[in-house]
Amino acid sequence: MELTINGSTFQVDVEPDTPLLWVVRDTLGMTGTKYGCGVAQCGACTVLIDGQATRSCVTTVDSVVGTAITTIEAIEQDPEGSKVVEAWVANQVPQCGYCQSGQVMAATALLKQTPQPTEEDIAGAMVNLCRCGTYNAISAAVRQAAQA
Amino acid sequence: MNDMTPVRNHRSTGRDDGPLNISRRGFLGGAAALVLSVTVPVGRARAQAAATVAPGTRVNAFLEIRPDSTVLFRSAFIEGGQGIFTAMAQIVGEELDVDPVNFTVEGAPPGPDYLLTGGGRFTGGSMSVRTSYETMRKLGASARQMLLQAAAARLGLSIAELSTEPGRVVHAASGRAIPYGEIADAAADLSVPTDVVLRSRDDFRWIGKPVRRLDGREKSTGRAQYAIDLKVDGMLHAAVQHSPRLGGEPGALTNEAEVQAMPGVHSIHRLPGAVAVVADSWWRARRAVEALQVTWTEPAAATPRAMPAGFSSETHKAMLKSTPGDGVAFEQEGDAAGTLAGAARIVEATYDAPYLVHGQLEPPSAIARWNSDGTLELWIPNQAPEMFQAEAAKVAGIEPGKVIIHSPMLGGFFGRHFLYQTANPFPQAILLAKAAGRPVKLIWSREEEFLRDTLRPMGVARFRAGLDGDGLPVALDGVAVGEGPTGRWFGRQPDKVDSSAVEGIAGKVYAIPNRRVGQVHVDDPAIIGFWRSVGHSINDFFYETFFDEMADAGQQDPYELRLRLLADSPRHSNLLQAVADLSGGWKRGPFAAEDGSRRARGVAMASPFGSEVATIAEVSLRDGEVVVHQVWVAIDPGSIVNPAIIEAQVNSAVALGLSSALLEEVVYVDGMPQARNFDGYPILPPDRMPRVHVRIVESGAPMGGIGEPGLPGVPPAVVNAASVLTGQRIRSLPLSKLDLKGMEG
Repeated sequence: MELTINGSTFQVDVEPDTPLLWVVRDTLGMTGTKYGCGVAQCGACTVLIDGQATRSCVTTVDSVVGTAITTIEAIEQDPEGSKVVEAWVANQVPQCGYCQSGQVMAATALLKQTPQPTEEDIAGAMVNLCRCGTYNAISAAVRQAAQA
Repeated sequence: MNDMTPVRNHRSTGRDDGPLNISRRGFLGGAAALVLSVTVPVGRARAQAAATVAPGTRVNAFLEIRPDSTVLFRSAFIEGGQGIFTAMAQIVGEELDVDPVNFTVEGAPPGPDYLLTGGGRFTGGSMSVRTSYETMRKLGASARQMLLQAAAARLGLSIAELSTEPGRVVHAASGRAIPYGEIADAAADLSVPTDVVLRSRDDFRWIGKPVRRLDGREKSTGRAQYAIDLKVDGMLHAAVQHSPRLGGEPGALTNEAEVQAMPGVHSIHRLPGAVAVVADSWWRARRAVEALQVTWTEPAAATPRAMPAGFSSETHKAMLKSTPGDGVAFEQEGDAAGTLAGAARIVEATYDAPYLVHGQLEPPSAIARWNSDGTLELWIPNQAPEMFQAEAAKVAGIEPGKVIIHSPMLGGFFGRHFLYQTANPFPQAILLAKAAGRPVKLIWSREEEFLRDTLRPMGVARFRAGLDGDGLPVALDGVAVGEGPTGRWFGRQPDKVDSSAVEGIAGKVYAIPNRRVGQVHVDDPAIIGFWRSVGHSINDFFYETFFDEMADAGQQDPYELRLRLLADSPRHSNLLQAVADLSGGWKRGPFAAEDGSRRARGVAMASPFGSEVATIAEVSLRDGEVVVHQVWVAIDPGSIVNPAIIEAQVNSAVALGLSSALLEEVVYVDGMPQARNFDGYPILPPDRMPRVHVRIVESGAPMGGIGEPGLPGVPPAVVNAASVLTGQRIRSLPLSKLDLKGMEG
């Protein structure tokens, strides 16, 4: 199968129902995308599929052939993603940091679709779990990124 | 590792074969690992290794100043989100005279230099900064002194003529300056000075300031690497399926041949209490191991800690609640029994709190590699490298000095990564790497993690309070029933109380003249562990909620009663007033908020881990659920290193405390946990996070902890507020069990 990830194409030889998460992490060695629960509960595995925030742990690899996949590794090449990262750093969002790749991807997808999100938009899009409880810093950073 | 256990206990009871007895050979093994990773000449490392090393003094064990004058610092404490790497850079940088931003910090290998926590080493108990603060300042100052000496020798001047600016030695008279990087090698060969002068607090540039975390950018861009992200050349991947009940062993594997033929499968293995598949990718290993049809044997008689087939958390709770007695006394003052007998009014209640998992988002993993020189190398999430090293040596059948431990950044811990034999994947990885003849990386799926994580113990406490004719409490009797994790893991003496079982009922600050706190020990059938703020996370909820029961029974306002009972304790009454002030003045409610909701506030205090905390929560009821709108926390850790990290840690502790109060509960039926992932065990989602307001009070008292103290006040403050709205006492968590529909008012 041929995958387009971060603008590059990759040939992968795996079972078609392998979750995209494990192709990205193990087959292709891009470990910024995290495994947290494997059942689309936590969002640590969030990537962008054609700009949409998607939980890669339950997304089979054969379903994303022909799409544009973006992972955290390329986030700073994206104009919105770059703003999000700067806002994350400025607001000192991460604690343990394990969920933050997914949080940054979710925020980037939000700002691509809704450049000036309301509080409701932010609450609706930023649903990934953070066990360190960085939620207040996350929403502050999203607001700041939207202003940048 | 809990609050009230003297740290030295870990030395005497927790390390029978640990680093205190480490052999010379063992030490050099550790030193060799250090040399490999940082290119310190081996002769130098050895030269400074005295027969007995005073921990935290050997500069070269901690610091490497690189040619560009940046600093590589090896931290005795592991970073897992609490900000300790940044704090270390601030503390050492302040005295060394290097801007913390120019530090790279990594977890130190095992070794006698790093035993900074009461003669041992672990990252926990909110101990890191407070146990190492002076030592690390002296270390930084010593290194600066060595750099000054080296510069003086090079310039042919006396040290008195030189001073430093961040990252360089300067000679004011001539305007000459030498970057640290140019004299680092010469300085490293000097002996470490024994007497150095520390900077005055008034001159601090970085200690006490909101210095940015060193790891913010790498964690915002996916570049931070956790154990689960690492790989070594030639490694295979492994997944396991554990016995559904601890103690069971794999019997027949009925479809072994089919599984062996699955894509990518390298080999199938039987392990103690588990089966494993090693494959060329983790997903293939997982799929294969979950396809294995395993007959699990019942545990052999006398199998330690075997989970009884009939065990249920509900039955255990009922048993704890019905276990009679006052237990062994832990804290006594005055005559509680006599005063209760003559009290004008008695208030009685029994409280309970459920088992909890840690729920750190990084599932546990381990990489094991047997090297050709006979060493075993491990990359493992851990909070105590020497303890893991000793245990790994036992599992591997080699000397501890031949076990090389790498301690990566932790994707959350909250007490998860202590040495808990049945809850750590590394013994399995060691066996699998040996059997496969290749390095192996083992990851536990989230489902296996829910099965084998250690649990916060089930907690139950009974209270009796006596009020006088004015409604004021004059006697309090509290009995905790159950088992604490400190006794479980560090040895319990039957005639003594495990402080981790009573902290938060004991050690309270209110002036109630007659008190008795005791513990009735009951073995907990689960594998219990340390959970952020340990006994406080349970017992301060019990005590502070019961406090409001006493106040209401005596027709006292709960805030005013607390203030009254703290009249002779300025540190605590000031803190209580500080949190009231932060919240705009105490008001209990119910009151109408601007959005029309009916709200109330609850207050609680706690004295965990050497710090003092006062908490107020504002709640309403909506659709049958408790909604927490705002939480105010005043925290007095005595003195501080980084106010921004403290604020972040308080936010974090509020989130976890609230999650436990609102949502979390591990339920066992037939000896098995009913939830095996977050779909069955919800944790706090973003839309239930309150606004958090923090006030830091520096009273100048001895430095206390930061990572845990923000937590214990949250459940009682929330429950006290909820009780105002419901008109009912709430004595059991989580609140999601309650049916509050129709109570919105």
